[in-house]
Amino acid sequence: MLKQLVKNKGALIGLVLIFFLIVVAVFADFLVPNDPYDMDIWISYEAPSWFGEDSRYILGTDDMGRCVLSRIIMGSRVSLMVAGMATFAALFFGVSLGAIGGYMGGKMDALIMRFMDLILSIPAILLAIAIVATLGPGVVNAMIAIAIVRIPQMARVTRSMVLGIKEEDYIQAGKALGFSHFRILFKHILMNCFAPIIVVATLGMGTAIVVEASLSFLGLGAQPPIISWGRMLAMGREAIRSAPHLTLYPGLAIVFTVLGFNLLGDGLRDIFDPQLKQR
Amino acid sequence: MFKFTIRRMLQLIPVIVGISILVFLLVHLAPGDPIRLLLGEEATPEDYARLQRIYGFDRPLYVQYFSWASNAIRGDFGVSIRQGVPVTALIYSRLPATMELAFFSVLFAVTFGVPLGVLAAIKRGSPIDLSSMVLALLGVSMPGFWLGLVLLTYVALNVDWLPMFGRGGSVFYGIGQIFTTFSTEALFDGFRYILLPALSIGTAMMAIITRLTRSSLLEVMGKDYIRTARAKGLGERVVVFKHGLRNALLPVVTIVGIQFGVMLGGAVITETVFAWPGVGRLIVNAISQRDFPIIQAGVLMLAVIFTLVNLAVDLSYALLNPRIRYD
Repeated sequence: MLKQLVKNKGALIGLVLIFFLIVVAVFADFLVPNDPYDMDIWISYEAPSWFGEDSRYILGTDDMGRCVLSRIIMGSRVSLMVAGMATFAALFFGVSLGAIGGYMGGKMDALIMRFMDLILSIPAILLAIAIVATLGPGVVNAMIAIAIVRIPQMARVTRSMVLGIKEEDYIQAGKALGFSHFRILFKHILMNCFAPIIVVATLGMGTAIVVEASLSFLGLGAQPPIISWGRMLAMGREAIRSAPHLTLYPGLAIVFTVLGFNLLGDGLRDIFDPQLKQR
Repeated sequence: MFKFTIRRMLQLIPVIVGISILVFLLVHLAPGDPIRLLLGEEATPEDYARLQRIYGFDRPLYVQYFSWASNAIRGDFGVSIRQGVPVTALIYSRLPATMELAFFSVLFAVTFGVPLGVLAAIKRGSPIDLSSMVLALLGVSMPGFWLGLVLLTYVALNVDWLPMFGRGGSVFYGIGQIFTTFSTEALFDGFRYILLPALSIGTAMMAIITRLTRSSLLEVMGKDYIRTARAKGLGERVVVFKHGLRNALLPVVTIVGIQFGVMLGGAVITETVFAWPGVGRLIVNAISQRDFPIIQAGVLMLAVIFTLVNLAVDLSYALLNPRIRYD
C-alpha cells in the first residue's frame, strides 16, 4: 500500500505536507525563531522581512510586537490537536453507532440513523457554534462540538459498509461457528470496512481544522494565551489596513494544512477504490 | 409526482420537530445564567424571581418547550433578553440579507463551476484541465472567511468602488428599479456590496461543483448511448451538451442541496467578516451576550431553510429523474 501511496502524486504531496506539519507541531519549541509570547509594542506591526523590508522578523510582527512566524509555528499545535482529537472521538462514536445500527438493524438502526439525520439537518458550523455557545468558549468545548458534528458522517459510512459485509458467506460461517456478536462485529466486519472509514476520517481532518479555525476566529475556540490560527486571523482583521500580513500568513497555514489532508484523502480513495480513479 | 411531493412534505414534519427539540435543549442546558448576566451581581432575589417568571425559566423544561414551540409555530419567538424587542422582528429584518447573499453565492458557484467542469472534462489531460483541478482543490481547502479577509485586504482596499463592510440596497430591488425608474444606480449599489461576500462564500461550492461536473461528465461520456449518439453522426457539441451534460448534471443538483448547508454555516462567519447585516451575524452577536431567544430562533430558522432547500432539491431531482419517484 505504501508503494501505491508513493506512486499517487497527490497523495504523496499530501503525506509530505502532513508529515512536515506534525514535525513542526512536535518540535515547535525548538523551531521558533523568537519567543512567540514576547511582547514589545515598540516594534508592533512590523512588515515581513522576506519582502525586502528592513526587519528582524521574517513574517513581521503583530499588534503587540510578537513574532508572527513563531506564533504560526506554535499555533499548529492547537489546530492539529483539536482537529485530531475531535476526529478521533467522532471516529470512535460514529463507527460504534454505525456498526451497531447496521449490524442489529430494525428499531435500533432506525433510531440511531434518524438521530444522525437530525444532527445533519443543522448546518455543521452553525451547530458547532451553538454547542460552544452553550458549553462556553474554550479548547475542550470546541473539540467536543467538532466531534459531535463529525459523528453522523462516520456513522453513515460505517453503517453502509456493515450492511454490505454482514451478508457475506464468511460472516454467516462465523455465526454458524457460534462466535459472539461482539467478535463477529469487531473482528470480522469492522476489520473489512477499514478503508473507506480511513478515507472519510482523513478528509474529515480538513473539515475539522476549518471548523476549529472558524470557532477561534469568532472567539469561541482557544482562549489567549493559547495561540490559534483562527484567533490570529481575528486579530488580523482589526488591522487589515495597516498590517495585511497578519491575515495572510496564518490563513496560508490553514490552507496548506487542509490541502494536505484533502490530497491524502483523495489519494487514499483512489488507491482503495481503483474503479473511481479510472474516471 | 403529486403523491411523491406530498409524501416528502409530510416527512418534513418530524424533522422540523426534531430540530426544534434539539435547538431548544441545546440552549437550555447552557451553564451560564442569562438572568444573572442581565441583572448583574447586585440584583435582589425578588428581582431575580420576577424576571425568572417573566421569561418562564422557573417552569419545568418540557412545559417551557411546549410553550416556546407553540408560540414559535405562530411566528412568535419571544423577546430578546438584551434588546427587549421581539425576536421575530429581528430575524425577519435580517433574513432577506442572508437569503440574498446565499442566492448569489450559489449563482456564482453554479455559473462558474459547471462551465469550468465541462471545459476540464472536454479537454481532459490538457493544461486547462490541470489548472482547473488545482484551482478546485485550492477552493475546497480554503476557509471562506479567510478568502473574504484576503479579498478585503488585496481587492477592496485597492478598488475605489468596492466598499469594505456592510450592505447596500437589495440587488433585487435594484433590478426592479431598472424597470420602474430606468436607473441602474440602485442595482450597482447593491451589487458592489454583495460581490466580495458572495465570492468568498461561493468559491468552495464552485470548486466542488467543478470537480463533480468533470467526473460526472467523464463517466457519462463513456456510456453506450453517447456512442450511439456519435454513431448517428451527431456533432460533438450536440453529443456533449444535449446527451452528455443533461445526464451528468443530476449529481450536481444533489450536491448543491447538500452543500447549501455547509454554505449557510460558512456564511455565519463570513457575515461577521464583512459586517453583513444577516441572521448569521445576529446569532454571533447574541452568543457573546447570551441572548438565548435570538440564538434559538436564528439557528432554528437557518436549519429549517436548509431543510426546505433540500426538499426543493429532492423534488427537482425527482422531476429530472423519473426513476426516483417510484422507490
